[in-house]
Amino acid sequence: MMNLCNLSQYQLLDYINKVSFAVDDILLFLDSHPDCPEALAYFHEHSKLRKAALKEYARRFGPLTIDTANDTSSSSWEWIYQKWPWEGGGCSCGTMKNDCSIR
Amino acid sequence: MWNYEKRLQYPVNITRPNAQIAQIILSQYGGPDGEINAALRYLSQRFAMTNRKAMGMLTDIGTEELAHMEIVATIVTQLTKDLSMEELQKYGFDKYYVDHTLGIWPQAAGGIPVNACEFQSKGDPITDLFEDLAAEQKARVTYDNILRLVKDPEVADPIRFLRAREVVHFQRFGETLRAVQEDLNSKNFYAFNPAFDAPVPCPPCTK
Repeated sequence: MMNLCNLSQYQLLDYINKVSFAVDDILLFLDSHPDCPEALAYFHEHSKLRKAALKEYARRFGPLTIDTANDTSSSSWEWIYQKWPWEGGGCSCGTMKNDCSIR
Repeated sequence: MWNYEKRLQYPVNITRPNAQIAQIILSQYGGPDGEINAALRYLSQRFAMTNRKAMGMLTDIGTEELAHMEIVATIVTQLTKDLSMEELQKYGFDKYYVDHTLGIWPQAAGGIPVNACEFQSKGDPITDLFEDLAAEQKARVTYDNILRLVKDPEVADPIRFLRAREVVHFQRFGETLRAVQEDLNSKNFYAFNPAFDAPVPCPPCTK
């Protein structure tokens, strides 16, 4: 298992995207091949990697899921504060650049 | 029920706005063969299925289409960032702008709002699965058409991902159709509605 602690936020999210896609793809295959042992093993392996990566991401950067949003050391609702998925490219939190309620 | 994950299934980072292409890509949001209709079709059809592979496949592909809907909306949002009034008017995007500003509203590129007339949920498992195979081909063709019109690699990249997923979904629906056909009794030669006319008892939960 790779060392997630050394990854930057960008690298960790990229890793989560890749391992989650592996899970997304194999789960569809399992829907029509529910007894395939190789597929089941692949699913379990990548699901485990995904869970660990999501937990690590939440610990360092804030939660990506409600299930990882249970950091009791935080005194505010971190779920809303990290960038939302469409805030990429040329975007930076809407057009109210001087008065964006990021925090 | 659904949970939300705060990321896109595939990243979108577009730095060059383009009103012309934004309007075209909107068709994969609210157009006849777009992701919203795909999601609604599969998530609606699953209730009449008689086979748990089919219930699973429709739920899971339907869920993935919701994720794709989000990707398409993100592409359009980024393509319309900071557009000048001149650029909007030059590409006829002013007609959308007057009613929606730069917000996202589900319509086809030509202006027709998203509507359920573009899909069926016939309540017949065999019929519905044939519809789903066609739906994935229609979506794939739409992405092919978009790729012929798009010049910017930042836009083409997520579009190519979405197109590849349609091809995979087509494959999965083919397998699901075969599974449902195998449920049919050899006397059901013309494959009539197994959900209504010849109810199949549900298998026990453990299998």
